[in-house]
Amino acid sequence: MRVAARALAGGAGEGVSIRLSAPLSFWGGTDSRGRIVDAHHPQCGAVLAGRVVVMESGRGSSSSSSVLAEQIRTKAAPAAIVLARPDAIVALAAIVARELYGLDVPIVVVATPHHEQIPAGVLVRVDSTAVMW
Amino acid sequence: MLAGAYGEGVALAMRVIVGLGRISGAPRLVEITSAHVDSCLYHGRVSLDFADRLVGLGASVRVPTTLNVGSVDLLHPGLVRSETSQQRQTLAGGRRLMSAYLELGCTATWTCAPYQLPGRPALGEHVAWAESNAVVFANSVLGARTDRYGDFVDICAAITGRAPYAGLQTEDARRGTVVFDCRPLGHAFLASELAYPLLGHHVGSLAGAENPVLVGLPGDVGEDSLKALGAAAASSGEVALFHAVGVTPEAPTLERALHGLAPLRAHEVTLPTMRATRAELSTFGSGRLDAVSIGTPHASYAECETLAGLLRDGPPIHDGVAFYLSTGRATRARAERSGVLQVIESAGVTVVVDTCTYVTSILSPAARRVMTNSAKWAHYAPGNIDVAVVLGSTRECVESARLGRVALDDALFAEELG
Repeated sequence: MRVAARALAGGAGEGVSIRLSAPLSFWGGTDSRGRIVDAHHPQCGAVLAGRVVVMESGRGSSSSSSVLAEQIRTKAAPAAIVLARPDAIVALAAIVARELYGLDVPIVVVATPHHEQIPAGVLVRVDSTAVMW
Repeated sequence: MLAGAYGEGVALAMRVIVGLGRISGAPRLVEITSAHVDSCLYHGRVSLDFADRLVGLGASVRVPTTLNVGSVDLLHPGLVRSETSQQRQTLAGGRRLMSAYLELGCTATWTCAPYQLPGRPALGEHVAWAESNAVVFANSVLGARTDRYGDFVDICAAITGRAPYAGLQTEDARRGTVVFDCRPLGHAFLASELAYPLLGHHVGSLAGAENPVLVGLPGDVGEDSLKALGAAAASSGEVALFHAVGVTPEAPTLERALHGLAPLRAHEVTLPTMRATRAELSTFGSGRLDAVSIGTPHASYAECETLAGLLRDGPPIHDGVAFYLSTGRATRARAERSGVLQVIESAGVTVVVDTCTYVTSILSPAARRVMTNSAKWAHYAPGNIDVAVVLGSTRECVESARLGRVALDDALFAEELG
């Protein structure tokens, strides 16, 4: 399957997909190894490092850009993030990581209903124009 | 600016602003009158690498720029723990980062409540504020216009003096869309401190990224209550603007708050829901208490006075309880001049400035069970610093601290008679 995507931050990445059933704040919600630690989050305990994270949007504190950018620097970040609507806080992390370190983590938007069709737990490839599985 | 005529630092900042403009579909940029920067909190090497790059490229801010909390209480550096190598790294990195932002020309305010300082923006003014509670306060209570900026963008907006004309900078995006009728809560509950963190958490959970409109708040509700409400709603949801009819400047009437359109949804808020919200925010509800942390977002001067009033008479704080108050250095200085600080400190409260008790290692590792009056602290502290938490009013915090165990007064949630 292949669905069209709009890149907020470009690049290519692939990994096993994980679908988050609630929005996530990277700051306060994930630790330095890329694990969800927000006790209120339904997927608390899940590790996002190297995964293709499929979630509608980020949430909460504006410090999330730094936390995600640091995870990109230390290779603890998702391989790609597939959003249902633009989220500047998430995208900025990738833009800055590219400016500072030349590292790419694609952040893309896939409109509903296609966003809901992306399955969990399968190998997903993301580039600047599409999400494929 | 992009081409480097103002220097490479400005060009880098402009690339970030233009990149953001593309993401948010902005037709143009807008000039801003002030910035509030949250990027000064150390989140690892990336924070420092970015600031150092800007300093190295000769950038400095073009508009008055306040700074959010850092990782170090610069007035009491010993308060932040330095036993582990990670703590020492954060301390050293945090201190260097704070210096870098001063080199960029920002003011050493070190507070998450810049709206408590003089010179705050007026109704309709375009600004670029970061830190979710500051954003929601600026938009909702002051009626200034800021979108929800993440780290890096805030300082880039300050350096370029510009932000994308998108999101809450634009009129249409400020329309209230989800109505919360708070009238069933009754006057007594709505006059209480705890009503506002609880309402905020509840409203944020249901509103998500929408703009909530609260109906039925008392016309004289104070800024500290609105601060607590906004901070909680921005933590549990993505709320960056709320309207309170008859209270906030863009909501003289429900119709104006809704821009004359029908709301997407309407909810009624009841006392049982508020009682359940307290339980949801608390990971324990009785028994031993190790610490209390109040002042998230930073306590205002009025909140310091309230705390001093509660502490002035009565039994001392229990030996087993560490009591922390977080506030801004400007508020602390005012409290010192008036004598309020001395009352608080002589009661055994540790006053923390420039940072906050849940973003850096201040609490003792022995403090496992903590009470707070902040829904935001209750929401984040279990994940950030791995503590159990219970939400209570300032009065409940003081009473529990004296007893050394949690004492909650659930009479607040009883239905009013008549």
